[in-house]
Order: sequence, then C-alpha cells, then structure tokens
Amino acid sequence: MSGSGKAKAVVLDDVAIDRALTRIAHELLEANKGAEGLALAGIVTRGAVLAQRLATRIKEIEGTEVPVGTLDISFYRDDVATRLNPEVHRTDLPFDPDGRCVVLVDDVLFTGRTIRAAMDALMDYGRPSCVRLAVLVDRGHRELPIRADYVGKNVPTSSREQIKVRLLETDGEDTVLILGEDGEE
Amino acid sequence: MLSNKHILGMDDLSADDIARILETAESFAEVNTRRIKKLPTLRGLTVVNLFLEPSTRTRTSFEIAAKRLSADAINFSASASATVKGESLRDTAATLAAMSCDLVVVRHKYAGAPRMLAEMMDCSVVNGGDGIHEHPTQALLDLYTMKRALGRLEGLRVGIVGDISHSRVAGSLVPALRKVGATPVVIAPPTLLPSRPDVLGAEVAWDLDEQLASLDVAYMLRVQMERADGMPFPSLREYARFYGMNAARLAKMKPEAIVMHPGPMNRGVEISADVADGDRSLVLTQVESGVAVRMAVMYLLLGGADSGVAA
Repeated sequence: MSGSGKAKAVVLDDVAIDRALTRIAHELLEANKGAEGLALAGIVTRGAVLAQRLATRIKEIEGTEVPVGTLDISFYRDDVATRLNPEVHRTDLPFDPDGRCVVLVDDVLFTGRTIRAAMDALMDYGRPSCVRLAVLVDRGHRELPIRADYVGKNVPTSSREQIKVRLLETDGEDTVLILGEDGEE
Repeated sequence: MLSNKHILGMDDLSADDIARILETAESFAEVNTRRIKKLPTLRGLTVVNLFLEPSTRTRTSFEIAAKRLSADAINFSASASATVKGESLRDTAATLAAMSCDLVVVRHKYAGAPRMLAEMMDCSVVNGGDGIHEHPTQALLDLYTMKRALGRLEGLRVGIVGDISHSRVAGSLVPALRKVGATPVVIAPPTLLPSRPDVLGAEVAWDLDEQLASLDVAYMLRVQMERADGMPFPSLREYARFYGMNAARLAKMKPEAIVMHPGPMNRGVEISADVADGDRSLVLTQVESGVAVRMAVMYLLLGGADSGVAA
C-alpha cells in the first residue's frame, strides 16, 4: 500500500525465503518426531500463504499431508475500539484442534499482540495438545511475553522502521524488505 | 467504518456500506456454527435494546448478536419500562445517556422516533423498526439471505407482495434492493399501495400471477390483522386467493426462485403452510441470517468508534 517507502535493504530474497521455510519444515518435523498429530494454522493473509508452503514442504520431506487452516483474528484484537480492520476474512480450520499440535504461522512477529489474539481464536475451536509459533521474520519489540519457536530470520529493527513481506501468491514476488524510518510517507 | 454513526434508514447506508456489512456477516455466520458461539470483540460495551413496541424475534436477534460479541445487552421493553408511567422519549434518552451505553437499538410505534433519539444521544442508534417507516436491519438480513441463496444481488427481480403502504419492511427493502442493483416490484391491490406508488422507486403491479414467471424472489409481507381500521380488502380468503403464495403459484415461478417472509406468518393467508415449510422457503434462513447480520452491524458501528473515523 505505502509502496513509496525507501527500501533500506533486502532482508531476505526469494532463495533465502525458500531456504528458511525448508529449514523450518525440518525443524517442525524433528521437534514433533514426524508429521503425526501436526496441524498448521496460518494467520490471514500472508501467514496463511506461508502455512500452505510449509505443508507442501512437509509433504515433500515426509510424504504426509498435514492439515492446514487459516485464522482470521479481526474479532479477537485488543484494539477493536480504536482501530477497525477494514477487511475481515474467514477463519477456516478444516481440522479439529483437540489433541493436535497446532503450529501458528505468521509472516512477521512484532509486538506479539496478533499472536495473543490468534491463540484466543484457536482456543475457541478446541483444545490443542500444544501450540507452537513459526514466523518468517522476528523483528523484536515485543509488548507481551510471547516468543517464536521457529524463526526464518531475526531482524533487529528500530521501532520506526517497517518490515515489508511480499509473497508470490499475494504480491507477485518473494522478498522481505526493511523500509527506512521515513517508510510511511 | 460505515459512512454514518447511526443506521436509521437505508439512506444512511451507501452501496459500499451494504457490501461491507454483508461480507462481515459471512464471517459471523461461521462463528454461529461453532460449538463456542462467542467472540470477545465488543467486551465492555453496552447495547441497549429499547423496544417500546412488542417484538420477540427482532429483540431476541439483537440480544443474541450482542451477547455473542460479548457486549452487555440490556433490554427495555414497553411494558416494563418507565414509558408506561408516562416518561417521554426525551427523558428515556437522557436516562440511557446517563448510563453511558454505546449503542441503542430502538423500536417505536412512531416513524422518526429513532432519529429523534439519535439527535439527543452521543452513542450510535440503530432503528429496529419505527412505525410504518423503516426496518433497515431486516432489509440487510434479507439481502444477505438472497445473496447466499442465489449467489448474487445485482439484476435480481424481487416481488414484494402485500401491504406496501403500511410495511416498514417494504419501506427499507425497496431502497435497499435499488442500492445493490436489484429490481424491486411491489405487488398489491390498489388499496394496499400508497397513493403515489411511483415515488417508491419500484415497479408497481396489481396482478401477482402475471409477475410470477419473471421473479427471482417472492417476498410475502404479513397481513397486519391487528390494524385498527380494519382490512382494506373484502376477506382473508379473497386476499389468499389473489395474493397468497401457494404450491400452484410456486410451480409457475423459475425453478431456482425462492420465497421469503419477514415473519410472523399468517399461514393460509399470505403464504400456505406447504410452501412455508417447503424447501424453497427461506423463512428460517432469514431468522438465522438475522443474528450474523446484526453482529456485523454492531461490529462495524462500534469498532473503531474511538478513533473518530465513523463519526
């Protein structure tokens, strides 16, 4: 949207994103000792794309189909009274979270508030045996006691900088940019 | 996030607003199929249902919608409130304002009462039906139901059959259909049409049978038996014969056409029992949609309100 921001640097290019997702897929399988009981829930919109890609990787590695869903957190945000999400998408979890290890997938981990909302949303659908968090970029500046279990890349940022994740499915290219402090103009 | 702070009539909503409400309602419809049908979205906000005219389904629908969004829903009904003790609407409004509520849903027997209330209060006001004027959330849930059933709204030909001149449902549905690019056709005997039906902005027809084949939706209005001045037609039997939906009439409609009714129904008058209970009747779907649509209205009116965007 605010595409005019000055691109300070490319944090991840398409090859690096690909490698990061492959590594995360391996780490997930290693920690879970296989794909058994695993499910992915991507947070709308780019997290959902990443979850789909992780499922494809897992299929390639393990030969198992892992159920993938999408989670819209608009109704669980803590700032509904001040900011309204213009676009509300649908939550679609084609699996019962009860007893599964559900991995939340998002593009950027920042304040942690989105993840807090996502956990609340997920719990309304059932009682997972555990919830894990996988993100492509962790940019720091947490406001809640939340951390990621799987990280594509840690990117130290100033709070005024912007991280822009662009994915093939949603934006026509795979890249993660860090925009300068005047990024918003 | 809507263009107005209040929804008093269809004039308050743009085509974009309507599209946004219907889209948001789809997400809420999903919530209503869950085991835990509750969201924390409007926690701490207070919704007052001020129903100064008897109503069960609309009030219940708003109440469930508020509760599923975790808002506190408080009901004032005509019989239990101070209005029976002679309190004026102005004083009722001042009382509610003093209790700092966030949204008032008002039903009143006089047209314009919601507008008067809106002018006196800081919070959002939703018209839950005022006299023979408008009932906008009914029109929104009807649009939602049509869209779900037929896949589109644009280009639909919707016959609204019955007491057009005294129907607040028609009062909102006709402009609502025009805003989304559908064609409303009001079908009634001349005695049930306003004296200037041309100002409605709908096509006008007297003969239901002539229209059947071209309609995508037959929207049957309730015959208001309780009207004090008597029924402006010779008998209920005659009304049913000329304007009642029945199996024979349904058979003359397009195979995918649907029948709707805002309820409560007079079975055997405006709609026969077999059609009402048949699989082309969406009467219960309308009720079900009502909760999701009202959740969407509350969410879009109350969400973001502090930022001043909606004001």
